[in-house]
Amino acid sequence: MPEAIKNTNTESLKSMPDERGHFGPYGGRFVSETLMGPLEELEEAYKKYLNDPEFMAEYEYELKHYVGRPSPLYHAKRWSEELGGAQIYLKREDLNHTGAHKVNNTVGQALLAKRMGKRRIIAETGAGQHGVATATVAARYGMECIVYMGAEDIKRQAINVYRMKLLGATVIPVEAGSKTLKDALNEAMRDWVTNVDDTFYIIGTVAGPHPYPAMVRDFNAIVGREAREQCQEQTGRLPDSIIACIGGGSNAIGLFHTFLDDKEVAIYGVEAAGDGIETGRHAAPLNAGQVGVLHGNRTYLVEDSYGQIIETHSISAGLDYPGVGPEHAWLKDIGRVKYVSATDDEALKAFHDLTLIEGIIPALESSHALAYTSKLAPEMDKDAIIITNLSGRGDKDIHTVASLEGITV
Amino acid sequence: MSRIEACFNAIKEQNKKALIPFITAGDPSTDISLDLMHELAAAGADIIELGIPFSDPMADGPVIQRASERALLKGTNSDDVFDIVKEFRKRNDTTPIVLMGYLNPIEVMGYTKFAEKAANAGVDGLIIVDSPPEESEELLTALKPYGIDQIFLISPTTRDERIDKICEVASGFLYYVSLKGVTGSKQLDVDAVSKKVNQIRSKTSLAIGVGFGIKDAHTAEAVGRVSDAVVVGSALVERIAEHAEDSEKMKKEISSFIGSLRNALDSL
Repeated sequence: MPEAIKNTNTESLKSMPDERGHFGPYGGRFVSETLMGPLEELEEAYKKYLNDPEFMAEYEYELKHYVGRPSPLYHAKRWSEELGGAQIYLKREDLNHTGAHKVNNTVGQALLAKRMGKRRIIAETGAGQHGVATATVAARYGMECIVYMGAEDIKRQAINVYRMKLLGATVIPVEAGSKTLKDALNEAMRDWVTNVDDTFYIIGTVAGPHPYPAMVRDFNAIVGREAREQCQEQTGRLPDSIIACIGGGSNAIGLFHTFLDDKEVAIYGVEAAGDGIETGRHAAPLNAGQVGVLHGNRTYLVEDSYGQIIETHSISAGLDYPGVGPEHAWLKDIGRVKYVSATDDEALKAFHDLTLIEGIIPALESSHALAYTSKLAPEMDKDAIIITNLSGRGDKDIHTVASLEGITV
Repeated sequence: MSRIEACFNAIKEQNKKALIPFITAGDPSTDISLDLMHELAAAGADIIELGIPFSDPMADGPVIQRASERALLKGTNSDDVFDIVKEFRKRNDTTPIVLMGYLNPIEVMGYTKFAEKAANAGVDGLIIVDSPPEESEELLTALKPYGIDQIFLISPTTRDERIDKICEVASGFLYYVSLKGVTGSKQLDVDAVSKKVNQIRSKTSLAIGVGFGIKDAHTAEAVGRVSDAVVVGSALVERIAEHAEDSEKMKKEISSFIGSLRNALDSL
């Protein structure tokens, strides 16, 4: 049973959100009236089934036999040695079925949809990873699947688009706004509001209206629970630092959540600085944004002085989002997590380093976490321990990286 | 007495139905928006809904989304919206103005500052699509000293106990969203609307307006039969877009369209 549900100790940082879905001033349920009823219904189902042993047994069975959990915690010895400081352990979410942490959540939500009697699944996707993970579980459980994807992203991610089609999903291009992830989310919301009776909306990150930020976190918290246990098994103690990249923040909160009350563990979230925070071309709301309301929750946003959302930039489509999960906004304000950033160039260097030194091709999203790891590790003692979430594999990014080097694959 | 209250009192006395057209501020320009507002009032609009353009209009269909995009491309911001209202008030001090939009532009300006500027401009009410009663405490508190009504929505999925909760905090009038969907959707079921409106009517003395899916005199008449007010948005915005290049023709077209809805409602 996820600890977020079990824990009633209000002293704990793991007891958020409050019953109305607020993490301090953040989160909440800022949606049109038509969605209020369906969200209440979803919240009831989520609370009921996450405390239902039969549901949890099925979820855990699927994670073990279909997803391939537990994922290894791998000691990257050569890279640690090369950097000359802390020992780096990689949580290998890249080895999950479909190649990233996203599937932990889509399996959970699809099982919930089944219990609620909804046979039509919709999702938004940016790079296509969440779309693929959703199309995959829709195929697995025999559900209709519609994926909304920005027309720009469809051009950039042809392979994932075809992958979703192979899996039987319908991919609908979104031509509105900036034609990227945020617009796909708007469009999925519009679909949901129209077809709310038979449709389950699988949101892919820890944003959106309550209960999504809590629910998506709970379905990803397996990452941190495993990592904590594996670290103790392998090293006899807890890590000194844990690191993850942040777009919406689902892989990060998945790793962080279990460790929130472990005061001796320093936690770092790495946002996408794109061309550099100072250039304005970034996707780093926690580092350079201001508070606002978007997609159903209050959080930090990349926006102009009148509250219009600004187009973000990152080499990694999965981090190219103007908002961030409300729990991260709260963890920033209370100072529990330090939110830093890595540029496109820094992420690319880490991408190449890990590939050459460890024989692991990381996703460009995860490469941001690796980039900060390579900064932090040399400042730490050789017996210090860092866990970095390798949230996805980089096969999907080969074309992006090759084209930057002028190579057509 | 507020302008909205006076408006509905008059409507009731004359046994009429209120007509509430919606346009997006700054589409195609702030000057034309101002002209259109006067045209709307002259053609028989009882209340005018003025949209604050937003980059991510989640509850709107493609027609109003594009209007928002056009207005933003022209650089229209919240202060421009207040300026339009201020100008309008110089020649019209009776027609209530309700601003409609999303919460983020208000969040960023600050609730109190927004309320103060809105009141100074002559705004009477606010419809904030993504701010349900549960999240509106701060906004309600900021609006109260200025006598600006926050108008809440009720939808086909709103459960009975929620209707009570909404009626408790609502003022001005109630806005019933006629269908599950976004603005400009097509499938309007008048019988279902009638049933829900009667359910709401049993709980409040506030006037009930109905919007979403009203596109011509025929649908306006059908909805007018079962409600106190009819809101028309996408059908109007579509006509504005169609004549974006010729503002004189646009004004004529808008005036005759609103006139046809007015006649349909007055025939009831």
